Amino acid sequence: MNVLAEWSYTPAKSRLGYTRETIWLGLGNRDGDYRFEKRPVSDDMIDKFIGGRGFGLRLLWDAVTPETKWNDPENEIVISGGPICGITQYPGAGKCYSVFLSPLTEQTYNSNAGGYFAPLLKFSGFDALELQGKSDVEVVIFIDGDNGRVQILESNVRDDKNAYTVTEHLHEYFSEDEKDKKNISVVSSGVAAAHTYWGCMNFSFYDPRRKVARLKQAGRGGGGTVLRDKNVLALVVKMSHVSGTSTGPADVATLSRVGGKLHKEIRDFDDVQCRMRTVGTAHLNEIMNDYDLLPVNNYKFGRHKNIAKIHSDEYTKRFTQGLPDGCWYGCSLSCAKATPPFELKTGPCKGRQVIVDGPEYETAAGLGSNLGIFDPDWTIEANFYADHYGIDTISLGTGFAFVCECYELGLINEEQTGGLRLRFGNKDDLMELIHRMARGEDDFSRTVALGTRKMKKLFAEKYGADRKAMEDIAMEGQGLEASEYRCQESMAQWGGYFLTLKGPQHDEAWLIFMDMVNKQLPTFEDKAEALFYFPNFRLWFSLVGLCKLPWNDIEPEDNHTKYKGIEAAKVPEHVQNYVDIYNAVTGKAVTKGDLITMSERVYNFERIFNLRMGKGKRADHNCPSRGLGPVFEDEWNARPEYFDEKLREAGTEPDGMTVKDKTAKLQEYRRGQWELLVDAVYKRRGWNRNGIPTLETVRRLGIDYPDVVDLIEKNQRPEDAFR
Amino acid sequence: MIKVNGEEIPWRNGMTVQDVLDAKSFTFRMISVWINENPVGRRENYSSTLVPDGASVDVVHMISGG
Repeated sequence: MNVLAEWSYTPAKSRLGYTRETIWLGLGNRDGDYRFEKRPVSDDMIDKFIGGRGFGLRLLWDAVTPETKWNDPENEIVISGGPICGITQYPGAGKCYSVFLSPLTEQTYNSNAGGYFAPLLKFSGFDALELQGKSDVEVVIFIDGDNGRVQILESNVRDDKNAYTVTEHLHEYFSEDEKDKKNISVVSSGVAAAHTYWGCMNFSFYDPRRKVARLKQAGRGGGGTVLRDKNVLALVVKMSHVSGTSTGPADVATLSRVGGKLHKEIRDFDDVQCRMRTVGTAHLNEIMNDYDLLPVNNYKFGRHKNIAKIHSDEYTKRFTQGLPDGCWYGCSLSCAKATPPFELKTGPCKGRQVIVDGPEYETAAGLGSNLGIFDPDWTIEANFYADHYGIDTISLGTGFAFVCECYELGLINEEQTGGLRLRFGNKDDLMELIHRMARGEDDFSRTVALGTRKMKKLFAEKYGADRKAMEDIAMEGQGLEASEYRCQESMAQWGGYFLTLKGPQHDEAWLIFMDMVNKQLPTFEDKAEALFYFPNFRLWFSLVGLCKLPWNDIEPEDNHTKYKGIEAAKVPEHVQNYVDIYNAVTGKAVTKGDLITMSERVYNFERIFNLRMGKGKRADHNCPSRGLGPVFEDEWNARPEYFDEKLREAGTEPDGMTVKDKTAKLQEYRRGQWELLVDAVYKRRGWNRNGIPTLETVRRLGIDYPDVVDLIEKNQRPEDAFR
Repeated sequence: MIKVNGEEIPWRNGMTVQDVLDAKSFTFRMISVWINENPVGRRENYSSTLVPDGASVDVVHMISGG
């Protein structure tokens, strides 16, 4: 490939989890003005923002203005792992976060992925990578940690610019031999990301046993769309020297001891707990069905008679077994499942045998039951093409589910869809819509590709579709499509989805069992406390470079008898593991309580960042009616006795009422409950009634920077204060 | 009657923990069961542990996934 620009540097070694340097790459403004800059990491940045998502937010804050849009050159993609990222002693330590202004939500977004990119970036000398500007030609960016140089290369990929092809090509191009391929990681998207706001980023690692590059997705929020908008085909990092001490930890013995303990738990108990090593997160399919949580037909229903067809046993049969499927060294949880060679039946790769990563639960449900499809082979093919084309499988599933319901309600028709009959379960036409989105040639697929929030507006404007009906059924919050859990019967999970920083993604809180089944959160204050603790605890993983799954998808054998209630759900011994490994890497002496404060600081900073971008207020925390309960009579009639009882609990006697009136009454009641929940949560988080962190909160957390204080003072109103 | 997570269900003679789980369709693997504040322990005890009439049974589902 033709070298457009090159820069040499001396790679800093990681010490106590940090190299204390970041790299800024400027692509110009379609003018070929390529620039490189090494930037120091300050003590304040480490103390307040820790790493990973925290670094991303801090760096993005400095890069953009309140007027910056997602497709302005000033928008950045910031990729950072965090201080623990890259250790090999503890499972799940290769994660990184990508932070950017999102085309979908028009505010900050952060999306995580496994793969080798973040650890290799750190060992190449950088705690974070900032990518800013737009290239005039399509480029591949190569960070060569072995030789201390960064190159911007003119892409030589002319034909298939999709993820699997690009990734394989670049592993081959930059490696000396087969053995060298594992020292490389590629970040890419695909051709659909040029047309859709659902563009995902694929992070690779090389699988020497299968002899293929595997892909892990930072799927959500449209990061792949931003990458393509910058005219970047791929980011590549190479670093050949990786060891268990590459992070420069303070206490290797503790890392080994704590890691060894968890490896033993996984070995002894995974088979009787979550079976992550055999089926990954797809073990949840039938569980969600049993508890009426599986999204079926755009979240209308929570279970389906054909569940056996997508039972986890069906996926277990389709995944290769017995291989160490970790997406970073040392992860014995091994949930990155993949199929053996799978023959594609449609599209440009028809007839090819491919290894498909996944599906994970979200994809199995989103590109399965939520579309009324109970055919694992169809889901695997849709999963392959979504990754290959660079489309987030969750937004794709939820967005398509919305389209199907619009079609079945007659809000859109076959003429408008370009001849596609988009009923639930119509596998052929839904697959064709995926391919059309990749081509981006027709008006309907381009409209769908802009995401559910914009679909509502455009379906109304172009096709005269009923806006109110679409608002009721569209499972989106803040512009982001919901992930694949039916939350309507858990009030706490209304908050877990719709009182979040970035929209209804499940990474902040999953409280459905705790609330709906265990009945551990009876009051608004209980729910608010859970919606304070769990989002903050879970955010901590994103600061340090860890995967969340080894926290609670494997548990100590006596966790459930040693601890009771909510304490057991926190998995106290694993929380202590995190304290121990954080201290062992950084040489610090934090406590369990400190983990929450570290997160709370970044949580509030992100909320304020969204305020800065013109969002981040109460009005932006929208919750659709479908998220609160049944919208139509058939939903009520699926569980009539249950919903009648819920109405009685709400103080209304259902006897003699029509189903339509009962549905409306329950919706009215729950909307009132939602508003009470919002107040309780905001109060617990130290925000005002308008959802804005108070000055007292930012001062307590030490993020009272002058521009932050100025922003809050401009937006606070006396009437919003809690008395 | 017994109470399971605060909700009443009919009791019958010889009722075991496993019977309670079946009655409630609690199929999730990562649970802990407590009878009158006492832990039942391992899953293999569920089919042999009797639930007394009037008991308060807590079936705590841990969080997974997500």
